[in-house]
Amino acid sequence: MNKIPSALNLGIRRGGLEIRQFARQRESVVFTLLFPVILLAIFGSVFKDTIAPGVTFSQYFVAGMIASGLVNTGFQALAITIPMERDVGGLKRLRGTPMPASSYFIGKAILIAVSMIIQIALLFGFGLLFFGVEMPTELSKWITFIWLVLLGSACSTALGIAFSIVPKSGRGASAVVSPIVIILQFFSGVFFVFTQLPTWMQQLAAIFPLKWLTQGMRSVFLPDSFAAQEVAKSWETGRTFLILVLWLVIGIFFSVRKFKWDRD
Amino acid sequence: MNVIEVKGLKKSYGQVHAVRGVDLSIPAGEIFALLGPNGAGKTTTVEILEGFRSRDAGQISILGFDPQTQGHAARQWRDRIGIVLQSAADAGDLTVIETIEHFSGYYSKPRDIDEVIVAVGLEDKTGALIRNLSGGQRRRLDVALGIIGSPELLFLDEPTTGFDPEARRAFWALIEQLRGDGTTILLTTHYLDEAEALADRVAVINNGLIIEVSTPAELGGRATSKALISWRDGGQVKTEESDNPTSVVTRLTTQFGGEIPELSVTRPSLEDIYLKMIGGVHEQDS
Repeated sequence: MNKIPSALNLGIRRGGLEIRQFARQRESVVFTLLFPVILLAIFGSVFKDTIAPGVTFSQYFVAGMIASGLVNTGFQALAITIPMERDVGGLKRLRGTPMPASSYFIGKAILIAVSMIIQIALLFGFGLLFFGVEMPTELSKWITFIWLVLLGSACSTALGIAFSIVPKSGRGASAVVSPIVIILQFFSGVFFVFTQLPTWMQQLAAIFPLKWLTQGMRSVFLPDSFAAQEVAKSWETGRTFLILVLWLVIGIFFSVRKFKWDRD
Repeated sequence: MNVIEVKGLKKSYGQVHAVRGVDLSIPAGEIFALLGPNGAGKTTTVEILEGFRSRDAGQISILGFDPQTQGHAARQWRDRIGIVLQSAADAGDLTVIETIEHFSGYYSKPRDIDEVIVAVGLEDKTGALIRNLSGGQRRRLDVALGIIGSPELLFLDEPTTGFDPEARRAFWALIEQLRGDGTTILLTTHYLDEAEALADRVAVINNGLIIEVSTPAELGGRATSKALISWRDGGQVKTEESDNPTSVVTRLTTQFGGEIPELSVTRPSLEDIYLKMIGGVHEQDS
């Protein structure tokens, strides 16, 4: 008897299929991938000041845009599109096949990772060309950047899949998910300098991963001298790692245990 | 060993007893139709057998597995069954061939892709995006995805809803072909003529219980029920019920001295019998 394909093998195949489907939705491709660039263009044109010696707002904002891009592309997109897939019966059909849930999740993770890489490349390109954004020069910063993107996108994928059980229908999903993401972005220092926010807002934001992703990205894109202006007077890289891992585990736990394949 | 063996299946939703003790035995290679009005427990029963729902009580063996099996064993089980659900409208941005190819990768011994495409009659649509298919074409794709894994057992839920008569005939021919391959099929349908054309045996379910299991020809005493003879005598249509319609016709032939005007001899259709069994409840909406 032939063997059933492995979960990883099927996950990679699903990743390819997810990317193909995504690439064919032209409007959402343009919007998803260019949204951070558009925001950078708007904020970069409005706020021309420096927020610290040698640190432009655009520079600060790129860090925030990459971090919130991870949340938009992973968490927000999945928490909205999975309920829509569920509504039209696509998930139920998949559940009736020998494809395991883990393959479906791996496929989503691949889609999110690939679209993040494209998004970041676009943001870097536009940032360098039009907004004088400076790239880090030390290798250690790039290493931090890479694990932040990988861990952040895994975390965002897992939490998006987990949160997809909350909206009752695809139609209502956006109304449930979008406000959460927007509020989190304001609280987490994406649009404003984090230390200028009220303390209660900072403390609330510190529970969620976006604040830590944003702070981590600042450690990559801002000079180390800026660390002194953070709430903890340091980049808290170790703590950022731990908190993201913790949220990743929470996301995976609920995805595996509670995932809903069917509407009722 | 039977492919499907169910004993004492029960399922309630709160105070509603959807399934109240269903028994079923379906041997390999049989096409078995489950008939019943909406709310009779038909969908609940089938979804429990498909492993989509939990049950409150009863024993179930599907190809020797309990549908509640988890993990790797569940994958091995699903590798051997095919499910065609009522409606799926996903993956609109993929083409027919991409989708079938992708699903074939889920199984250990998939059927030949081109063969499946021909069998469901989608050979002119292989490169079409699913969003551009008609309802009937989508349904045929659903069937293609259900049989791509060469299942030993196929669940078909209302497979021809929305088909035109020609497409239904083509679909029936496909099912006959699967029967020839030895596939066991559990069919639920609203169309009594479909059950009659395809099924070896039918079960009628109502109020969560199986009322009768029989061949379509014998259901509800159909084979032995009285025939209805009708003819025209002068300006009047006359009818007579009889166990021996031939003798009635012979008598009438003598009476009319040859041709009997507007003669017809009918036995109750499967639909007549079915409607009588379920007490006249026959909404066709869903």
